[in-house]
Amino acid sequence: MTLSTLLTIAVPEIIILIAAMSVLLLGVFYKNTTSLFGITQLTLLIAAYFTAQLPIDVKLTAFNEMFIADSLSMFLKLLSYFALSLMLIYSRSFLQSRNLHNGEFYALTLFALLGINLIISSYHLLSLYMGLELLSLSLYTLVAFDRNRPEATEAAMKYFVLGAVASGFLLYGFSMLYGITGSLQITEISSRLADASINPVVLSFALVFVVVGIAFKFGAAPFQLWVPDVYQGSATPITMFIGSVPKFASVAMLIRLLFQGLDHMVLDWQAMLLIMAIVSMLFGNITAIAQTKIKRLLAYSAISHVGFMFLGLATGTITGIASALMYIAAYVLMTLASFGLIIHLSNQGKELDQIADLSGLGKQKPWCAFLLLLIFLSLAGIPPTIGFYAKFSIIQATIQFGWVWPAVIAVMSALIGIFYYLRIIKVAYFDEPGKNLNQISKSSNNELSVTLSINTLSLLIIGLFPSSLMDIATLTSALIF
Amino acid sequence: MTGILSLAIWTPIVLGIILLLVQDKLSTTLTYRLGNLFGFISFLVTLPLYIYFDKGFSGFQFQEIYPWINHFSINYHLGLDGISLPLVLLTSFISWLVIFISSNSIERAIGFYISAFLILSGLMIGVFLALDAILYYVFWEAMLIPMFLLIGIWGGPNRVYATIKFFLYTVLGSLLMLVAFIYLYNQTASFAILDFYTKPLSLNIQVLIFLAFFMAFAVKIPMWPVHTWLPDAHVEAPTGGSVILAAIMLKLGGYSFIRFAMPISPDALIFLKPFLIGLSLIAIVYIAFVAIVQTDMKKLIAYSSISHMGFVTLGLFILNPLGFEGGYVQMISHGFISAALFFAIGVLYDRMHSRNISDYKGVINSMPIFGSFFVLFAMANSGLPGTSGFVGEFLVILGAMQDHFWIAFFASLTLIFGATYSLWLVKRIIFGEVKNKKIAALKDLNGKEFFVMSVLALMTLAIGIYPALITDITNQSSQMMLGLIQQSKIL
Repeated sequence: MTLSTLLTIAVPEIIILIAAMSVLLLGVFYKNTTSLFGITQLTLLIAAYFTAQLPIDVKLTAFNEMFIADSLSMFLKLLSYFALSLMLIYSRSFLQSRNLHNGEFYALTLFALLGINLIISSYHLLSLYMGLELLSLSLYTLVAFDRNRPEATEAAMKYFVLGAVASGFLLYGFSMLYGITGSLQITEISSRLADASINPVVLSFALVFVVVGIAFKFGAAPFQLWVPDVYQGSATPITMFIGSVPKFASVAMLIRLLFQGLDHMVLDWQAMLLIMAIVSMLFGNITAIAQTKIKRLLAYSAISHVGFMFLGLATGTITGIASALMYIAAYVLMTLASFGLIIHLSNQGKELDQIADLSGLGKQKPWCAFLLLLIFLSLAGIPPTIGFYAKFSIIQATIQFGWVWPAVIAVMSALIGIFYYLRIIKVAYFDEPGKNLNQISKSSNNELSVTLSINTLSLLIIGLFPSSLMDIATLTSALIF
Repeated sequence: MTGILSLAIWTPIVLGIILLLVQDKLSTTLTYRLGNLFGFISFLVTLPLYIYFDKGFSGFQFQEIYPWINHFSINYHLGLDGISLPLVLLTSFISWLVIFISSNSIERAIGFYISAFLILSGLMIGVFLALDAILYYVFWEAMLIPMFLLIGIWGGPNRVYATIKFFLYTVLGSLLMLVAFIYLYNQTASFAILDFYTKPLSLNIQVLIFLAFFMAFAVKIPMWPVHTWLPDAHVEAPTGGSVILAAIMLKLGGYSFIRFAMPISPDALIFLKPFLIGLSLIAIVYIAFVAIVQTDMKKLIAYSSISHMGFVTLGLFILNPLGFEGGYVQMISHGFISAALFFAIGVLYDRMHSRNISDYKGVINSMPIFGSFFVLFAMANSGLPGTSGFVGEFLVILGAMQDHFWIAFFASLTLIFGATYSLWLVKRIIFGEVKNKKIAALKDLNGKEFFVMSVLALMTLAIGIYPALITDITNQSSQMMLGLIQQSKIL
């Protein structure tokens, strides 16, 4: 394989790396942050162009099979660029008004994206770990970005400590895998595990450590402790970032490690994922009921959504992967819209923090209230929104696999979810206007509100015509193996 | 003739959205007039369904089928048969009446109010016409959203509790129904309802599927003991919301039993028949007692609705042609009578702002026309011969008699209890000495109210005197449905 083919496969990552370093440098000398915003968006566009040039139906590997470009990597990378681009549009005015809009922000997001891309494309435990650490370090810094706020520092500390523990778990699992198989390359691990002479005790330890590490990164119960604090403590755009784009990396990590590397252990990890799925769905949804702060509520709801994704993945089938991919695309779109709405309703004097702050929205800002209605109905999974089809495909995959009772538990936990999502709609529509809303968001930002409207209406429009997204997810998952 | 079904569904929805968008720029009167026109258009577009309907054909007519979500072979599949036609007409007609009379009672955001009703009516018609399970499910769930907002925004003091309870109860059942649909999809590789009909299933599976459907539809109808959301929702809803709830939403449950639960799991139906009939009888007798002791007029009518819907379920589950026909006629008849009663309570409430029975006495002295209508509808509610209320109840009792004497005996008790609470209500509100000056000063029906009351009275009497108006339409289709139900599906 010539150098030029190697480079073609990795060209999006190389572009992102160059852009990240340039933005870092430019940020020091050059104070015009608007152009940094432009450069970052342009980078995403170029990276998307080169990613889309790669063939979808062929698996291309490079760098001694450490790096892979296949249908999964293309699907997740393109979604990552798209989500990141939206997130940057949402966050610009928020950061500007709080004096946080500087070059480091763009450099860090680009480094985080590089980490995400590396994880998505890694076919080797070392490159995977490298990507993971690059992503995590960027995220820790981003959480602590607003360093004058004690909550942000506290959240960063918690995130760092727990994240480091999780990385440790994962690394320990990797080392055991290396010990018993003698390889770090994912296909080689898979083929050597077929050998019956493997020590089953070490193997099961390795599996448990790997699964725990993945669950930590996802924020699935019972490894969810960091989620609410980090969601609450970070500045809203950062929360939006943490809640959206890195999820693509997590799902890639899970598919690469469990479906491709440890595929012989499917019966073992299936049970673990199923249990975590049920625990996450129930725990996330039940705990969310008691929340009074909107970001905390969304954190617990995130845990329950991860549970749904795990349920689809736990089936271990291609339909299951397709449903999880559909779910994650829908979920990220909804997360972006929900945090976009929070940003839209916050301004410098008063952040939207309590759910009660939303009271009277229906009377004062009917359009905003309508968007809120769509977003939360979609999170609740009420048709005809995209959230319904996401849940629908997960439940379909589960029942097709023969798990009727897990499906029943899933829909019952969705019912609990509907309760607290409805409560937010209730506050916005039925409660009398409070004092808070008058202070919030007097300035109208066109760029933000147009993006938010398009983002939210897409939840409805894709919900009415979900066919193409489902087809893409199915095609992607069918081409992985 | 293809396309008229889509037209019936989408006309009100599109007009509702248009009204929502333009209402800011219009005055209240103009908004009302435009909304009223839209409501009338939405009613007119359903009339061709009746005119071109072929009564001699038992299958689905005017079918439309387009691929929608290829991946799960979900189609946009609509069709009309004798079971759905009367309900579609009822929906578009009652929705228009509700919009027509809204200017009397709704003071704020009337454009939003009317467009919610327009969208709601389109979605409900969609439920009646969908022949694809997922299309049906989407309409069924989406319908909750406008109703949730209607009760929550324009409702009474305890509206938030009532509307959330309404939403959660309904969703609880329908999520289980979704699981049943997906299970059936995995068996038949199709979401077409017609494919579900022919799929053989073992009795165990049928019972589970039936119970999943039962959770969805029994809540909606509602059957005892999952009826508790209904009195709350009715009491808190604005007049229009109560009318739509009683006249149409409850019928969605009955319709769905006929369309899904009964033909898909017929053996489970026979297996569970004693249980289902027991629940229906409890609803008929026990809920009638509960209705007697109510002090709130709306609650009284709400409980009377539950008791009457008990008749519907009894008729359907007795599994013979008389009962089936009776249950169906009872649904349509109840659609008109309960709508009229809730309108009547709305008329009183707009004038007195009270729903307490004890606040009224001798209304007939100041409102003679209203009094006459009220007496007529109360009589119809208790099943007076010559009104539509009689036809349904009589047929159901006949059907029950064919099955077992004691079932018929308990069912016919309702004629006594129904008369008790209806006539006692009349006695306390309409007749007697004028209680106070406020009642003496009441104004009789205005033009709009008179129009609504008289068309409803006309329909009640027409069906009562000539029930073939309904049964001619339903005859062929209900025979086909009964044929499906009587065929065992066990492998």
